Amino acid sequence: MLQSKAFMKKTRRGQVVKVVREHYLRDDISCGAIFCQSCEKESACLSSSAPNILIVDTNVTLHHIDLLENNAIDDVVILSVVLEEVKNRNLSVYNRIRALCSNPMRRFFVFANEHHKDTFVKTMPGESPNDRNDRAIRSASLWYQKHLGQGPPILLLTNDIENKRKALQEGICTETVQSYVESLGRPELFDLVAQVCDSSLAEMDIEDSRPSKKKLIYPEHRPMSEITSGLQQRIFHQGKLRVNRYNPIEAYVNSESIDEEIIIYGRINMNRAFEGDVVAVELLPEDQWKEGNTLKLIEDEEDEVEEKVGLAPDSVDAAPTSLQAKPGDFGSKIGSRTCGRVVGIIKRNWHSYCGSLEPMPMPAGVGGAVNALFVASDRRIPKIRIQTRQLGNLLDKRILVAVDSWDISLRYPLGHYVKTIGDIGDRATESEVLMIENDINNRPFSEQVLACLPPLPWSVSQDDLKCNYREDIRHIRVFSVDPPGMYQIREANQMIEEFMLAANISVAEKILKHYPLCALLRRHPIPTPKMLEPLIRTAAAVGVKLDITSSKSLADSLDNALGNNDPYFNKLIRILATRCMTQAVYFSSGELTPPEYYHYGLAAALYTHFTSPIRRYADVIVHRLLAAALGLFKLPAVFHDKVQLNSLADNLNFRHRNAQMASRASVELHTLIYFRNRPTDAEARIVKIRSNGFIVFVPKFGIEGPVYLTPKAKDNNGEESCKNSADWIVDEEQQRISTRDGKRVYMVLDVVHVHIEVIEPQPNRSKLVLTLLK
Amino acid sequence: MALEFISPEGLRLDGRRPAEIRQLRANLGVIDKADGSATFEMGNTKVIAAVYGPHEVQNRSQQLLDQALVKCEYSMANFSTGDRRRKQKGDRRSVEISLVIRQSMEAAIMTHLLPRTQIDIFVHVLQADGGTRSACINAASLALADAGIPMRDIVASCASGYLNNTPLLDLNYLEDSGGGPDVTIALLPKLDKITLLQMDAKLPLEMFEKVFELGNKGCVAIANYMRNVLLENTKDLAFARGVVKV
Repeated sequence: MLQSKAFMKKTRRGQVVKVVREHYLRDDISCGAIFCQSCEKESACLSSSAPNILIVDTNVTLHHIDLLENNAIDDVVILSVVLEEVKNRNLSVYNRIRALCSNPMRRFFVFANEHHKDTFVKTMPGESPNDRNDRAIRSASLWYQKHLGQGPPILLLTNDIENKRKALQEGICTETVQSYVESLGRPELFDLVAQVCDSSLAEMDIEDSRPSKKKLIYPEHRPMSEITSGLQQRIFHQGKLRVNRYNPIEAYVNSESIDEEIIIYGRINMNRAFEGDVVAVELLPEDQWKEGNTLKLIEDEEDEVEEKVGLAPDSVDAAPTSLQAKPGDFGSKIGSRTCGRVVGIIKRNWHSYCGSLEPMPMPAGVGGAVNALFVASDRRIPKIRIQTRQLGNLLDKRILVAVDSWDISLRYPLGHYVKTIGDIGDRATESEVLMIENDINNRPFSEQVLACLPPLPWSVSQDDLKCNYREDIRHIRVFSVDPPGMYQIREANQMIEEFMLAANISVAEKILKHYPLCALLRRHPIPTPKMLEPLIRTAAAVGVKLDITSSKSLADSLDNALGNNDPYFNKLIRILATRCMTQAVYFSSGELTPPEYYHYGLAAALYTHFTSPIRRYADVIVHRLLAAALGLFKLPAVFHDKVQLNSLADNLNFRHRNAQMASRASVELHTLIYFRNRPTDAEARIVKIRSNGFIVFVPKFGIEGPVYLTPKAKDNNGEESCKNSADWIVDEEQQRISTRDGKRVYMVLDVVHVHIEVIEPQPNRSKLVLTLLK
Repeated sequence: MALEFISPEGLRLDGRRPAEIRQLRANLGVIDKADGSATFEMGNTKVIAAVYGPHEVQNRSQQLLDQALVKCEYSMANFSTGDRRRKQKGDRRSVEISLVIRQSMEAAIMTHLLPRTQIDIFVHVLQADGGTRSACINAASLALADAGIPMRDIVASCASGYLNNTPLLDLNYLEDSGGGPDVTIALLPKLDKITLLQMDAKLPLEMFEKVFELGNKGCVAIANYMRNVLLENTKDLAFARGVVKV
């Protein structure tokens, strides 16, 4: 066991600290080849029958993870230096490559080259970390070549020209990913190869042609050093970019360094940032804050602002975030909001996206690579340019595409095909798309999970009876109160709900008493007056006064809100009320103060989920806490770990939200399928008044969407829209819209009749449209 | 994401496997003025110990009639950590560590053979990289042996911890600050007696037993190393005095 020391300097919060760490070099690290004579073979997986043993560099791993995940690629050595770099640059790729390495079906081996005595390299004076890591990769490749002399040839895959040249000099077989995939002779793999606008290639382009010739669409991102210092000086602000779901050319950044939400209008200002990217934002000068509208006009027409008809939202979380401040609606409001532009991307949130190709004619010639535009079904994602050799197969399919790069000279990012999900419009395919988009894992349970279950057929054993914490109640008559098809006993049901609430509350009290710092509870934040404002305004417009001082007073005033001879009025007001509130969330009691534990919706000081452990994981956690509180079992270790417990609560909330989104999306999908061949007329209620129409809610189908009174204005024809909207007068205070002559008046909560039908304005993107019946 | 202290390949951040200690180095007789002295290194942790005594008790009122008075002072050099910060003498942490080292050594010294005397142990951390109190106990133990003070057994000490669901031996600074439990054990290996057992943070009992077992093994390994160092030292002395001929 040799020892060497790695010296490095590390900056932390601006301070320069010298960190000295030990670095042990070993002689007992296995090479991972099954046929190796000298190494230990416990975890070995590289086979002797492989045509090549591949070693990949960091960039290949980062950009071609989809290719590596394909079954055609096997017998790959992943070096620890590569893993470390991948981990620092993209955690999701790191997790994927780790999953590949631990998958017993695949032959991926992690070689700890950094701790092997023969492959470790020391940084030379003046050598950059990148060059040093490339040298480490070459040194490991060379060692493998020598070590496995008689086995399959070692092949280093790298797209870095300099690294490739040096490797060839040192006598290492090396190829680029493209040429390697070509040599495999499997055309279906070509689509998986990432299209990377290699910086070295781009530089060569510039040398070839004069810089002025290259048309730049987006501004260059600032260098990282400038961003870091800018963030410190508060010139730039860091935050996560959130694209408006209903208007993809508008995005928001919430930064800790500034109180307000920064709005970013237009793709140029968004500067190639994707939804979820962590970005650095610079504020625009105040006189440009009003320019949101004009900026919008220079965008492509496909990016038109559009609201879709969908399932009625059931809480604030599900509703569009800032429809009120939609450009064009209330121009005065935009000026008062902070606008900014993205100057750099700190962390990319790129992953795979579901969608379909934009229809295009089949080009002449067969089998060649074709450029196609991919349109994600998530509207927040820009179109992605991909190269494919199987265009004919893909045009009518839902496919998964990953993003690779986005150069300043390209309008759209480059990406590559990952896999086909199925035919467009097919119920199963579209459902699968919803699952993928909401990150829901619907794979069957793994062997390990199933192994936890007792063998079938199961019966009560002697051990179960002897168990001192279980009670045999088989002699008591147990019955279900909600057998299928029984509706008479609704009151008993209601009773069950009361009991469930009581059980949940008493369990919450018990676990909190025993574990004040780590009880898993559920809270429902009290809505702020601002959140309830739209409700109060609507109610006031129809002459109902709501008291929002407490949940009790609100509930009472909701009870008293009875419309004149309108049986549905009360229900509608209630629906609008729930919509103003956020969702309840799980949390660990150690994170908040007792007043914050409050559950507003249930008006309970404490609440948790306990009653349904067979369908909710949160209940399982609470059962474990309760069992420990009663002294039946030990408290599992996770409850001692604050960080782990918090991440558990966060994950519960995240999964819950995703499940709800998926469920809503699924209902919307089926609604769309239902109306496809069945245009229907139905009664609807107006829930919100707009400048050019109103939003209606259709109680019979639970859908909600805009009804336009004026023909929809086209972006490049603003004049016409002005003329049209001038015919209608909107009274925001009274929540009513009327014609100039006062002949037609629409008030909020009024009954209107609408026609529901499905249209397909863009291919493969059919949508529901509501039109007013006169 | 929590830091990955052990890779799935079973290597720690510095390249050790979970049950491996860092490289040990020890030297005896490094301070001529002292009656006994030693340096002890566990990887990048480096401490020096000096022992004075047995000598007359300085403060008569503290004199014990039936046994020796053992005093211990632990201190850290200003340059022992990365940032050169002036450290106050006698802060809570060093008072506590002085106390545990004294108690641990007292259990090994045959104090009843040296009544009405005083033994001073000074331990000084030259470079800190986790596990300083273990290294101090080991250094003190060697220095006492170098001073020729009668002891029941060598005291060997080692720390162990529990991170990423794995018991780890001999934590370095990075692992020490990982937030997991840190168990320091001092052992009289021949007598199989524990003279010091400390743990911060919580650990379920069954896990603790595994961690404790591992720490014990570490102590035994360190004790063997210390015995060899002492043996070599004795051989050198014997050779220097002409007792042994080559």
